Formats: sequence, C-alpha cells, structure tokens
Amino acid sequence: MNIYKILTEIEKTDPEVYDKLGSRREVFKHFAGFGKKLAVAAVPLAFGSMFKKAYGQTSGGLIGILNYALTLEYLEAEFYTMAVAKAPGGSAGFIPSGEPIGAITTIRDHENAHVNFLKSAITAAGGTPAAKPTFDFSAGNGSNNGPFADVFTNYQTFLAVAQAFEDTGVRAYKGQADKITDNAVLTAALQIHSVEARHAAHIRRMRGQKGWITGKDGGNMPAATQAVYNGEENTNQAGVNVATLPGSSVNIGTEAFDEPLDMNVVLAIVDPFIV
Amino acid sequence: MFNKKNPDLETGSSLITALQRPLERRLFLKYAGATAAFTGLILSGCSNDDDDTTKPPTNNEVVDPANNPNATDAVNLGTGDVGILNYAYALEQLEAAFYTRVVAGFYSGASTAEQQILTDIRDHEVAHRNFFKDALTAAGATPIPELKVNFTSINFSDRGSVLATAKAFEDLGVAAYNGAGKLLQNKAYLLIAGKIVSVEARHAAVIRDLINNGSFADNSVIDANGLDRAMMPLDVISAADKYITTNINANNLPK
Repeated sequence: MNIYKILTEIEKTDPEVYDKLGSRREVFKHFAGFGKKLAVAAVPLAFGSMFKKAYGQTSGGLIGILNYALTLEYLEAEFYTMAVAKAPGGSAGFIPSGEPIGAITTIRDHENAHVNFLKSAITAAGGTPAAKPTFDFSAGNGSNNGPFADVFTNYQTFLAVAQAFEDTGVRAYKGQADKITDNAVLTAALQIHSVEARHAAHIRRMRGQKGWITGKDGGNMPAATQAVYNGEENTNQAGVNVATLPGSSVNIGTEAFDEPLDMNVVLAIVDPFIV
Repeated sequence: MFNKKNPDLETGSSLITALQRPLERRLFLKYAGATAAFTGLILSGCSNDDDDTTKPPTNNEVVDPANNPNATDAVNLGTGDVGILNYAYALEQLEAAFYTRVVAGFYSGASTAEQQILTDIRDHEVAHRNFFKDALTAAGATPIPELKVNFTSINFSDRGSVLATAKAFEDLGVAAYNGAGKLLQNKAYLLIAGKIVSVEARHAAVIRDLINNGSFADNSVIDANGLDRAMMPLDVISAADKYITTNINANNLPK
C-alpha cells in the first residue's frame, strides 16, 4: 500500500513523524486495521487528517506543505517529461507536432522549474526535500495497467490526465494558501498557483472544453477523475450567493470562483498514480 | 489615478512621488518586470523601498490624457483588509466595465467562439464585481462608489486592440491578486482571493491564446522559476491608471 511508502518517505525527511502521529507501531496498526475494515479510499482520508495533526501549525508545517507541493510537482514534471520524450515531434502520432507539442513542452519546463524552485525553498527553510516517488501514470498503483493504461499512446487519454493534474494542482495550492504563515512562501505559492491555472485553461481548450470549470463537470472527462471536480459547484462565497447576484446564474457563479481542495482529498486523488 | 491634490501623497513615500512622475514610473515598472525573474520577492520589496530620492512632484507633473477635469473627488480605498477588498473591487469594476463594453458591440470579425469566450469572461467579471460590493457591505464596510472609466485609448471595433487590452487587464489582475494575498489578514478573504485569481489566470491564458496560440504562459509573464508575476497595489493602480478617470487614493493600503 502506497500510504506506507508515503509515510516511509516522510520518515526519511522527518524522523520524528511518528512522534507527531503516535508511535510507529500504532500508526501502522491503525492503517492495517483500516486496510482490512474500510474501503481503500478512506485510508488517504485518515492519513490526511493525521498528517494535518502532525504538521498543522508547527514550524514543520511549512516544510510539510512545501514537500506536499513538491510531490505534486514531481508528478506533473515526470508526466510531461515522459510524454514529450515518447512523442518527439509527434512522430509516434501521440502528441501532434506544432502547437500541441509546443504547449506541452512549455508546461513541462514550468513543472520542472517548480520542482527545482520548491527544492531550493525547502532547503532554504531548513528542511529536506522529499524524494521523488515512483509513478504509475496509468493510475494503476504500480501495475501500469490502470484506467489510463494508454496515457502515453492515446493523445486524448493523455490530455484528460493532464487536465486532471492541472485542475487538481490549482485546487491543491489554493487549499494550502490560508495555511502558509510565511509571506514570502505564500506569495511564491500564489505565483505557482496561477501558472497551474494558465496550464489548466490551455489543456482544457486543447480538449475542446472551456478554459474554466462549470459546476462540477470536468468536461467530458473519464469518470475516474470526478473527485477532481467535486465541490466546484459551490456558489456560496464568504456568505454571498454569487449565483443570485445581478446578471449571474448558477453556471456563472461556479465558473467565476475556483474551489480549494484539502490535502487529504488531493492525496486520495493522486494516490493511484504513486507506486 | 493618484489624487494630485492629496497632501498625503505630496509628502508621502518616495515611491509614490516616483510613480507620479511618468517617465520614472515607466522606468520603475520596467525594473519591476525585470525583478519578477527573481521570484517576485524583490518586486514586493519595492513598495517599501525608501532609497529613492526623487524631487517632490508638482501639481502639473502628471500629464494624463485620461484625466477628467471633473473628477475632483478622490476615492479612498481605505485601510487593512477592507482597503484590499476595495482595491480588488476597483479592479473588478474596471474589468467588468471593459468586457461589458466589448460584448455590447463585438469587434468586426469576432468568431462565435470568441464571442462566447468574451461573454463568459464578462459574466465572470461582473460576478466578481458584484460579489465584492456585497461582501464589503456584509463585512460592515462601505464599498467604494462606481468608478469612472476611460476607454478612449481602446478601439472596440478592432480585434487587436480589444484583445491586447484584455490581455493586459487579465495579466495585471493575476499579478494584483498574487501580490495582495500576503496583505490580507483574514484568511477567509485570502481564500476568496485565491478562488478568484485562478479564474483570472484562466482568462489570461485563453485571451493570450486567442492572440497567439501557445502564449498562455510565455516568458513575458512567467519567470525562470516558473512563477507568475506578483505586483503590489500601488504598482497595479499605476498600471491601470490610464483606464480609470476617478482619482484613487491607495495610500493607506497595507504595504
């Protein structure tokens, strides 16, 4: 189970993780029990709440958030790097040459820059950058035969996964913004966040979709990605129902505001992609 | 634009005096753009920069064709979170007014797809504008009044002019929210800003792609670290200045 692997990775950079979560034995016992008794999907939820408990408001919180962001950027960076490598100039008929491969290359470069930036930021903050996990972009948890098994041969599958990653990235950064107590880090996180949103808009339009999200509809996306969009239908913003404002509507209200995702939900979404 | 008769500005920080002088303002913005390559942290530091030694401005120094001689009443954005919300409200007013005008009579040759995109963006910006008005009221604050805009520099019948302006507004909006995030004390408002800025970034990407497909996140806005721009309120208002007739006093905003 990859939750163990995530914990093991965290243990490498934060040997005291189990002091924060409870004893190592208790933690693993806890998860083992979950594995038997509860749906697998509930495990990341439990993990997320424990992670929050461990890293919440301590000085380690910032490093924890940055390593979380780094892990998501590793995912995106390797995804695009592999895609571009597998489709040089579109010769494999995978990513068409010209504008499509150009856009994917641009995005790849940004994600790699984000990885390097976050590594530097973590080191500068006195932390240790998390190691890059092993990924399975078929979402098969290491089987390489998950629901997106043709991700690097089928252009539409690739774009759908790319859209899911970008829209998730936007929500993930947004979900941490109000938990970052350091102003410089907050600004940098916002500066990455809006780049992910630019990527998302472009990928969405490569798929023939609007650049923005209407309701909780991903836009002709595989059912497996629905968790990326759940909650986007919210129209209540700071007590104001934006759907009923003059000239607005439910669709407009949802499109005009993107919604955040908590760390535990994001970890559950990316879980099948991490071996 | 800045209220040239505001004594606070006359004696205010040297940055503001620099911004009031057109040539130096341009140089400043050019410099600010260059520093964005270093993570934007230096850029944000500029607002607190006390090192500039520029001579005090005179009342005649800003020659702005958008200046409306009738606009003698300055709008004061206020202080603290309310000030930042009013600042966002001002920017959303500008964007909403622009797209409302665009949609009221599309430029010649606007495709169906382009009309749909511009209509969607109009709807989003109007929603943002009306949201801030209600949210400020709900917070017990007084929203700034409706701003007078000046779009005389825009040729609304010309695709290039409309899209170039849209691009400038969207990129500026993204940089404005990115820069303002750290100025908000109430985390609920920070989250709201986060919810809006990514939509502005989506707009920016789509508009840019309409102008030149593939330019959604090019190196004119994204630096070598893969970071978008972040700008402080005074710099943003300075950049938006030519489109706003109403004098805006942003001098009391958090820095």
